[in-house]
Order: sequence, then C-alpha cells, then structure tokens
Amino acid sequence: MITDHLPVLQVVIPLLAAPLCVVLRGSFAVRQFVKVVSGLTFLCSLLIFTHVTRHGAMGYELGGWQPPWGIEYRVDALNAFLLLIISGMAAVILPYGTRSILREIPREQHHLFLAIFLVCVAGLLGIAVTADIFNVFVFLEISALSSYALIGMGRSRRALTAAYQYLIMGTIGSTFLLIGIGLLYMKTGTLNMADLALRMPPPHESSTVIAAFAFLSVGVSIKLAVFPLHTWLPNAYTFAPSMVTAFLAATATKVSFYLLLRIVFTVFGVGFAFEAMHLQLLLPPLALAGIFVASTVAIFQTNIKRLLAFSSIAQIGYMVLGLSFGTATGLTAGIVHLFNHAVMKSSLFLAIGCVSFALGAVDLRAMRGLGRRMPFTMAAFLIGGLNLIGIPFTAGFVSKWYLILAALEQQRWFVAGFCLLSSLLAAVYIGRVVEAAYFHDPDPQLTARPVPRGMLAPLWLLTGASLFFGIFTSFPVGAAQRAALLLLGGAP
Amino acid sequence: MSLVLPVLLPLAAIPFLIAAGERHANRREAVSLAAGALLFLHLLRLAPAVFRGARPETRLFDFLPGIAFGFRLEPLGMLFALVAALLWIATTLYAIGYMRGHHEQHQTRFYTCFAIAISATMGAALARNLLTLFLFYELLTFSTVPLVTHHGTDEARRGGRTYLGILLGTSVAFLLPAILLAWHLAGTLDFTDGGILRGTAERPMLMLLLALFAFGIGKAALMPFHRWLPAAMVAPTPVSALLHAVAVVKVGVFTMLKVLVYIFGIDLLHELRLSDWLAYVAGFTLIAASLVAMFQDNLKRRLAYSTVSQLSYIVLGGAVATSAGALGAGMHIAMHAFGKITLFFCAGAIYVAAHKTRVSELDGLGRRMPFTFAAFALAALSIIGLPPGGGLWSKLLLALGTADSGHTLLLAALMISSLLNVAYLLPIPMRAFLAQPPQVQEHEDEAHPHGEAPLPSVIALCFTAACTVLLFLAPTPLYRALQGMVLTGGTP
Amino acid sequence: MSPGLFNDWIVIFLMMTGFYTLITRGNLIKKLIGLGVFQVSVFMLYISMGKVEGGTAPILTEGVVHYSNPLPHVLILTAIVVGIATLAVGLALTVRIQEAYGTIEEDEIRELGGIE
Repeated sequence: MITDHLPVLQVVIPLLAAPLCVVLRGSFAVRQFVKVVSGLTFLCSLLIFTHVTRHGAMGYELGGWQPPWGIEYRVDALNAFLLLIISGMAAVILPYGTRSILREIPREQHHLFLAIFLVCVAGLLGIAVTADIFNVFVFLEISALSSYALIGMGRSRRALTAAYQYLIMGTIGSTFLLIGIGLLYMKTGTLNMADLALRMPPPHESSTVIAAFAFLSVGVSIKLAVFPLHTWLPNAYTFAPSMVTAFLAATATKVSFYLLLRIVFTVFGVGFAFEAMHLQLLLPPLALAGIFVASTVAIFQTNIKRLLAFSSIAQIGYMVLGLSFGTATGLTAGIVHLFNHAVMKSSLFLAIGCVSFALGAVDLRAMRGLGRRMPFTMAAFLIGGLNLIGIPFTAGFVSKWYLILAALEQQRWFVAGFCLLSSLLAAVYIGRVVEAAYFHDPDPQLTARPVPRGMLAPLWLLTGASLFFGIFTSFPVGAAQRAALLLLGGAP
Repeated sequence: MSLVLPVLLPLAAIPFLIAAGERHANRREAVSLAAGALLFLHLLRLAPAVFRGARPETRLFDFLPGIAFGFRLEPLGMLFALVAALLWIATTLYAIGYMRGHHEQHQTRFYTCFAIAISATMGAALARNLLTLFLFYELLTFSTVPLVTHHGTDEARRGGRTYLGILLGTSVAFLLPAILLAWHLAGTLDFTDGGILRGTAERPMLMLLLALFAFGIGKAALMPFHRWLPAAMVAPTPVSALLHAVAVVKVGVFTMLKVLVYIFGIDLLHELRLSDWLAYVAGFTLIAASLVAMFQDNLKRRLAYSTVSQLSYIVLGGAVATSAGALGAGMHIAMHAFGKITLFFCAGAIYVAAHKTRVSELDGLGRRMPFTFAAFALAALSIIGLPPGGGLWSKLLLALGTADSGHTLLLAALMISSLLNVAYLLPIPMRAFLAQPPQVQEHEDEAHPHGEAPLPSVIALCFTAACTVLLFLAPTPLYRALQGMVLTGGTP
Repeated sequence: MSPGLFNDWIVIFLMMTGFYTLITRGNLIKKLIGLGVFQVSVFMLYISMGKVEGGTAPILTEGVVHYSNPLPHVLILTAIVVGIATLAVGLALTVRIQEAYGTIEEDEIRELGGIE
C-alpha cells in the first residue's frame, strides 16, 4: 500500500525533484515542473494528516532497519500538522514565486534557484518527519545550507553579507545541536527520540544530560531566532528574494519551534525541563523582552520587509511564551500561533513582494497612496496587519485568546498584560504603513507596473485563509489541542 | 435563520450598492432604504414574542471550544435593534439630502461602510454571548473608521487616529482581558438572566473585573476615555448622527448594560456593592461633560459632549444596581437615540443650508429654517427630560432608581446635570427664533439665499422629532417590553 | 589528569580556539577557518566517544569480543560532509562578496554599507 510509504515519499519527492530541475534547465519548464512537485508534496501531507487524524501515528522504518537501530520516520498529531503547514506553504508560495522571480533572479539561474528551493523544502519536511535526532541535524543542515544560498541570491549586494551572517550564526547553532546530540548519545546510547526519552537518566544523576539540554536548547534557539539570538534574522529576511522571505518566515522558524517542542517535551519531558531546568522561569523573560524590543524596533523601521522581520521576532516570542507555560492551554496557544503566524506572515510578505514587483521599492515612502493604486494588494496587507494585532474575526485573535488564557490560568497577570500591550505596539507599526497607504497621496514619480494575477491569487488565498481560520477555528485549534495533549503525554 | 437575518440583510445590500455605484445614485439609495425597511419589518415580526418573554436562540458553530457563535434575543437587545434599524431608515433618507446637497465624494463607500456598521450593530444587539458581542463590537470600530475619515483631510485623519486609537486601545487593553477573565472564572460567556459570576470569585477580583469592563468598553465614553467622541465629529453629519449618536455609542452603553445585567447580575452587584464606584465615575462624567459642552461654540462638538454626558446617565442607571435604574437605562438608550439623532440631523441641515457650524452664528436663522429649529427644540426638550419629550420618562426612572439605591449625591448630580442641559441646549433654538439676524452679513446672505435643507433631510428630522413626542405620549409599550429584562432575573 | 579526559580537553581547547577566531577576526576567510576548527572539535568529541577500552576496530574477526562502537564514526562521516558543504557555501559567498564589495574585511564592508 502506498499509504505505508507516505512518510518517506513526503521527503523523497521534493528531494529527487531538485536534481531534475537542474536537468530540465529551461526556465519555463522548470517553473511549471516545481508547481506540480509542490502540489504532489502537499497532497502527500494531506493524506498523511487525514490518516494520522483517523488512525493515529504512523511509522516508517528506513531500509527496513528496526528502530532504535535504524532511522525511523514517525508522524503523529504534531508533525502531521507541521507537514501540512510546510508543504501547504510551499504549494501556495511556489506558484507565486514562479512569477516574482522574473524580476528578481536572472533567467539563466531560475532552474538552479528553484532546485535549491526544493532542497530547502525537503530539508524542512525531513526535520518534521524524522524520529531520529541525528537525522534531524542532517536535515537541519540541508535546509539551512540551501536557505543561505537562497538568501544570497537576493538582488541587493547586501543579501550576500546577510547570507554570510546567517551562515555563521546558523552553523554555530547547528554545531551546538551536534554537541548536544553527542552528549545525549554518550549517556543513553540511542538516537531515536522516543527511545531517548525512555533511557533518559534523572537530571540529578548526570550533569552530562544537563549540558546536553543546554546545548540543544541554545542551538535550536539560534535557529528559532529567540531574543537575544535573533540578530541574523532581520537582514536575512530583508534582502532575500520575496518568495524566499515569505517561505522562510512561514516555515523555517516554525520548524525550529517544532524542534524545540520535541526536544523539551518528547525527549527530555516536562518533569526534566520544567522542574529541574526551570524553563517556566527562564523563557518568559526572554520571550517578553523579545516581544517588546522587537515590536518597538519595528515601529521605527522604514523598510517594510525589515519591519515585518522584526515583527516576526516578536511573534516568535509569543510562541516561546506559549511553550514556557508548560500547560495544555499554553502549548495549544503556541502551536495555534505557529499555524496562524505562518499564514498571516507569509501573506504579509507576499503582499510586500507584490509591491516590490510593481514598484521595485519597499520603503515607507513607496507605500504612499498604494491603497488606491494597488487596492487588492494593500487590502490583503491590511487584513494581514489586523491579524498581527489580533483583531477578532482574524486568526491572530485566536492565538492571542489562548495565550492570554494560558497566562490567566497560571495567574500570571503581568504576562497577560504584557501580551495585550504588545498587540498595541503591533497596531502602531502596522498603522504607520496603513496610514501611508491609505491617507497619503502617491509619489507621482514612481510608476507601478501591474501585478500578475498569478501573484495575487496565492496572496489572497492566504489572506482568505487567515480570515477563514479566524472565524471557523475548529481545524487549527483542534489540531493544536491534539498535538498539545500528545506532547504532554496524553492521548496520541 | 430568522435570527441571523438581521445581520445578513444589511450585508446583502452591499453588492447591490456597489453595483449601482455613483452612476446610479438613485438606485443605490433605493437599495439602502429598501434594506432598512426590510430589516425593520423583520425585527418587528420577531419583537412581540420576545417582549412577551420568549428567548429564541441559535448557535451557528463553535467559535472556540465551548464558546458558540450565535444569537439570542432578549428585550434589551431587541429594543436596541429595533431603534437602530428604524433610525437607519431615517438616516439614509437624511443622508440622501445631505450628501447630495453637500456634493460629498465617495458616496458608495459611505453607504457600504454604513451597511457594514449597521450589520455589526445588529450582531452586537442580538449576540448570545460576550465573545460574539465583542466580535461585532470590534467590527463596528473598524467599519466606521473610513466613515470618520471620509473627508480625507489632515483634520479627518487626526480625528480618525484618535478615534481608532482610543477605541482599539481600550478594547484590546481592558475589554479583551475582562472577557478572558470572565471566561476563566465562570467557564461560560453566555448572557444569562441573573448573571454568571455569582460565587466564582472574591469581591476584589470581581471589582477588578468590573473595572476592566467599565474602562474597556471605550464606546461608552466614560471619562477619561471619552475623547474619541468629539474627535469623531469630523465625520459627515449623517455619520455623526447615526453612528455617534446611535449605533457606536449605544453599542457601548448597551454592552455595559448587558455586562452589568446578564454577566454580573443586578442582584450580585447590589449585594456586594460592586458598582458603587462606577456610578460615581458616571456621575462625575455626566456633570463634567455637561460643563464642557456649555463652553463649546462648535455645534457638533457641543452635541458630542452632550452625548458623553447622556451616555453616563445610562451607565449610571446600570451601576446603581436597582431594577428601576436598569429599566431607566434601557429606556434612555431609545429615548436619547431619537432625541440626539434629531439634534445631529438639525446640525447637519443647518450646515448644508446655511454653511454654519457655530452656535454664535445661528442668530435669527429660525425664521429661514422653521422646521429644523422646531425639531431641534423638541429634541432638546426630550434630551433635557422635559415634556413633551420622551426623555422625561427615562430620566424619571433613572432618578427613581438612584433614589432607591440611596446615593443622594448622585441624585443631586442628575438634577444639576439636567439644569446644565437646559443651559447648553435651549439657547440654540432660542437664539435662532428670537435673536435678530446680524446686520453685517446682510449682503452675504443675499448672495446665498437659502431656506430649509433639502427635502429628504427635513422629512427625516421631522420624523425623528415626532418620534420623541410619540414616546412621551405612549411610553408604556417600551416600559412593558423592558420589564422582562429585570423581572426574569428574579429581582423584586 | 586521567587519560580518558585528555581527549575532552583537546576538544574544548580546539572548540574555544575556533570560537575565538570566529568572533575576533574581521576577515571573512579567517572567520570561516575559525568555524571549521570549531566544527572539527565536535568531530573529535564524537570519535573519541566511540572508543571502547580494549576494543578493536569494528570489523568482524574471529576471536575478538570487544569492538569499538562504529556508530559515532559513521555519524561523524555525515557531519564531516555537512561541514565541508558549509565551508563550500561560505567560501562561495565570500567570493561573491569580494566581487560585489571589492574586499572581504568586515570593517571595510561595513563602511560600504554592507553590514549594520
């Protein structure tokens, strides 16, 4: 049955498609080909998701080797949801990208660019699907190396330095991860995450395990851009090609968040992470500082891509905050926000990509009067912005609701108040852009070229999704709740 | 379905409004009027059963687990919906005259946003729980921003910023946490006769909750969060009339009453003396706003401050926690709506016909515009609470309710404020009818000979003024209808 | 100092050397060298981890009971490949930076507006 092979197909399809892109060469052919591939990948994760929702977790033994000796792919409620997000984003953003790269990448490099993109998708999907922690490292590097290359292909020469900075930071992060994995292996003799959890010695017996925990969480935090380890993110997002920014913002940090969840909850367990390591005291200050600092910095940005990048750092803070509660509601908040933020932030970046396509500029001055000149794009931006603020009827509201509820459950009034305050900061930075777009007269010197429908359709698909999931919340909330229970050791 | 219809009807009109556009203005306005008439008739068909004690309800879907999105009719909401629907018709009629007489731009956008705002008002009036109400509350805020900034001038933009800033700020910073806290404490958010919070928390916690609600409902314009109301007066007059004398502000006090009556419960408020401070804040606001109103020369600003003051009557009625007070508050929503909308209609009519916005310029204008100023005088009497205005009854009930509660100081405040009302409202028609027109402007007036405003506007303002008199003559149906609000709760 | 910990000390020394180079050097190539040393130190951590005292190379031979653990060695083969790839991408970027800015010194690039 093909169902049994779905977990591995999920990774293999984009991975094998990448070299085919290089073989195909022709820009047009490759651009059509990647759309088909992303569709297939999405179909694959859709099938996995329905299967997991109906029948519970599915496993796949690579090469027929039994776990814990062989590498196992294992999909449960949490990563089935994540697979759906990653491949869904790829399936929406690739059709957009096949248009937007026309103005950003030289034609003779299209096939290489898209090939690297597919490798990046495969890497991210691999991190999500595998149950082997060393395999996680390998896929992490596959996705990271390809994203350095993707960012480096941005139009401005600053993209190169941004990619270089990211490379240095990212490699430090993944090397930390490697150290952590090594220390764990030293202590337990296994690499399978479920098996690791069983063999984990109690914290007071082994300082090696504590060191492993520290290396792993710091390593992942660099990848996740948790404040104050976020310095690589703004430049990387600002100077990367539009589709890369949208895709990375929607998926790369989300996958890192997933990894943090896995490490903290599946591998080490709540008892270790919260009772021995006191994550509930360590993480909230970082998360809150990140939210506050990044939102404040975002207010003063004139480059809109950069503004959104800082907003991403703040939103990552929300997710980490959700995790730091260590409760079912908190985790639900974190995972729901993972989904919602992927949708809303990618729609915002796609909107800005449209602006960049039309005007060739993305600063605040260029935004003036765009409400009239590019009504569809700016309406989408506005809705995305309302999502960030967390206005009712948008997906962002649902995240905020759960996050504050989680804070109230633990009687952390201060944290709850802070979350609310920060959404006002979001209102300020979004408000500046919206005001420029709707209340200022356009710069007559800038001529806007029309944005193709092929770019507007994906944009509005995501915008529509962010509204849809703000009203009919049962899909993301249900999936997140199942995943949260799973992480806390409840029903699968 | 019949319960959802009030929300859908105005929305259903929008495609037709846009299709008609600026070119078929007649058709566009006919659609607006027809939708209003249908809405009113539909509500009229629903109303009798509700006033006899039926509580029809519907749940459409679960918005969040345990919190349904749906509607439930009860007397207060029913009455509010009826008033708003009736006044929508009147305002549309008025707007036809005003907008054309004044050659406003973007009239289609105006009518569209108007329809959304009415839909949101209906949703808020008929909501079955606090979260549904909140969703529509926010929708109302956003749908009215384009109306406030309609002129697109710097002043309009500033006004819009203050408007959005205060309304959004209070709702996000206070109202949302209040709702979350209520959900956390009670485990439900349904509007229930007698309240949902009994026995869920200690007095200090309930006090905090009430404070969050009181200041979170920024639309109720309790000081110090009242400044958005005068700021919003930059809007075209029909907007000020319906939205800032009826829909928006009334949704504010309506929400406040709903919270006091159906979330806290009057009995609980009374037993624990939770809301005494709120009554005093309202008392302060009503005096202070009246005093400010006296010194406003701009007619619309004067009316705006008068609205701030009258809203506090309603809040005070709920906060003294007696059944007479709550009844009076409910009635005052209707009475004040008819009175204040007439006053705004008159202000707009004066502006369109005579291009005058200041009270000091109105000398002798009554002879040219007799209907307008007669209507103004009647409405002013109703607001003050003198015969032959319906306001007499609601103010009487409010005074009775305050006396029941034993707050003599507040009773005094009510009386003083009524005197202040006399002092700032009555001079306007008196100047118009009795004072001599200024000689200096003689030839200027010859250059712009004018009589009454356009006919539709005059019809509209005469109609609403007639309603105030009608409510004076026959207040009993209103009283009977609202009794269900306090009686089913088991209050003596 | 017990002989068992000797390898660990070397690992830590190499790791810190690499890290220090990475942080203090302004030359992009030197930074990459630092990064390389930093990564290699971790490879050594893995390799020494796999050693079982008294064990021989993990090749099935008659009469031998104790073998070293081959798994860390295999793992580190993968990690070495990853490290080479990283270095390659890093060097490629450096070449492009040299083309775009005419320099690979961090402070000079900063003057040209390449880094904030």
